[in-house]
Amino acid sequence: MSTSVVAQRRAAARPAAWIDRLRHRPAWLALAGLVVLCVVAVAGVMFGSVAVPAGDTLAILAHRLLGWPVIVTWPASAETIVVELRLPRVLMALAVGAALSLAGVALQGLLRNPLADPYVLGTASGAALGAALALLVPVQFALLGFGLIHVLAFAGALGAVAIVYRVSRLGGLSSLSSVLLTGYAIGSLLAAGLAITMYLSGQTLRQIFFYLLGSFSLASWPQVAVGLPIIVLGTAVLLTRARSLNALLLGEETAAHLGLDVRRERLVLLAAASLVTAAAVAMTGLIGFVGLVVPHVVRLVAGPNARALLPLSAIWGAAFLAMADLIARVSGELPVGVITGVIGAPFFLFVLRRYRGGYEL
Amino acid sequence: MSGVSLELRDLTLSYGARRAVEKVTARVDAAEMVALLGPNGAGKSTLLRAVSGSANGVSAGGARRTGQVLIDDVPLDEYDGASLARIVAVVPGQSRVAFPLRVEELVALGRIPHEHPLLGPRAADHAAIDAAIERVGISALRGRDVRELSLGERQLAVLAMAVAQAPRLLLLDEPTVHLDLRHQVKVMQLLRDLAKRDGVTILAVMHDINLAAHFFGRLLLLDQGRLVADGRPSDVLTPDRIRTVYGVDPALVAVARS
Repeated sequence: MSTSVVAQRRAAARPAAWIDRLRHRPAWLALAGLVVLCVVAVAGVMFGSVAVPAGDTLAILAHRLLGWPVIVTWPASAETIVVELRLPRVLMALAVGAALSLAGVALQGLLRNPLADPYVLGTASGAALGAALALLVPVQFALLGFGLIHVLAFAGALGAVAIVYRVSRLGGLSSLSSVLLTGYAIGSLLAAGLAITMYLSGQTLRQIFFYLLGSFSLASWPQVAVGLPIIVLGTAVLLTRARSLNALLLGEETAAHLGLDVRRERLVLLAAASLVTAAAVAMTGLIGFVGLVVPHVVRLVAGPNARALLPLSAIWGAAFLAMADLIARVSGELPVGVITGVIGAPFFLFVLRRYRGGYEL
Repeated sequence: MSGVSLELRDLTLSYGARRAVEKVTARVDAAEMVALLGPNGAGKSTLLRAVSGSANGVSAGGARRTGQVLIDDVPLDEYDGASLARIVAVVPGQSRVAFPLRVEELVALGRIPHEHPLLGPRAADHAAIDAAIERVGISALRGRDVRELSLGERQLAVLAMAVAQAPRLLLLDEPTVHLDLRHQVKVMQLLRDLAKRDGVTILAVMHDINLAAHFFGRLLLLDQGRLVADGRPSDVLTPDRIRTVYGVDPALVAVARS
């Protein structure tokens, strides 16, 4: 193929002018994202197996959250559904969506690999194995909505990253491709452990399977109370790493030349990303695609500057996952991981086709 | 802004038992423009990386360092990474971009050492970015994806990033490799201009002897990690040295000495 043909194709693949202008207006994208987020959040509280009218929903929210003196005209059951069941669920979906997207941004940036997602360093397999083992234990306990499954999934996710970190000597000066390969190897090992656990699980197989697909159906206020602070903390740390992620765009050596303490930033980015991923996975199971797709789509529209990429990914990731959960709920409690895949994959393909400038792998 | 001096004292760099650079002593004065020459594997890039930011006696390239590197007469280890990055800029041999990145966004990365750590670039940073793009002459490329550029254009963009960093010492690793003649000359003229007008100290690893001899007033010649010559091009590039160091017929680089 001649160079001019390549050039023509690339020119044809450049985005439309209005999208191009948005790249210099990240504040608009953030504003639009917040509007979408609010709409999705309210819709998420309204709809479900029982629909609560919009007026009642807003009145209940204003009454309970903002303390407005609204005259109670709704049935008590509606208030219970909105406040006790749906509100924690929507909050959880927003938090997990933001967390997974930011973890994706951080790991793609740190590993400089477009294929990286929050689960790339073994978190997913570790959490899944932990959860499966918890389900195998004959004695189950639950305290404030937390069971062994949450504890072991959280520990499994963090344990897997810790092993990858140690084995690949990420704290030293190992190359990042060896980190990825180590993550893959450890992940495979844990997945084998998961497979044997599932093989031996008998009746709990369905529960394990359900966990692997992810769901917000068990979200509760105690879960929000424990999970949200961890996610908010990790998210806050990640949001301050824009400078590091920008410096890392051209690789670690250039980042060092730009004055970055590369070793420390590796640790900070990895710890924060792993923490939020572990918290998210422990509470809601494995929700795929959010952490991979949201950063890419935002990057294609807003550019790779992490000062825009981080907050925009958090906002749009939160809105996307809350919407996916809403769809999961109104379609009869399908696992939300299925919805993110079904919406996410085709949309991602569409975006990639539009921007054929593509990636250098 | 004026340049800073660079001094190497008995600098030895080793990867395990192998010594890539051995007991090199040299001084580059402020606003001087010096080229580092030598055959492949002579230790040029290793030496450059040792100067370009490191800690605990380990160079940026991972080599163990003994001896001293002084920048502005202060030992390298006494600088912290951030303050060193405000003094020294590095143009690497090749840079790979993992994500779609526009030229202006690439150049903006040069401001990272200067910009506010949390709030990001301010008006002065934006002005420096615009000025760097203007100076390197790549205004027409501003909005282009770096990965769509030719190697020559990409090199100019990376140079603009280094210019935006406003360094007082500029280190370059083979800045003209892969470039056509026009781009080679353009890069050389830019370096000369930076040294003359802004007083930036320049140390560049050069693979092209003729180009180095033409544009640099002083050459350092490395062979198997040792500094074998240091001086004006005509004194350094003697026929004997070219034969022993490069192992080629000196007539091939005769142009250099004329």
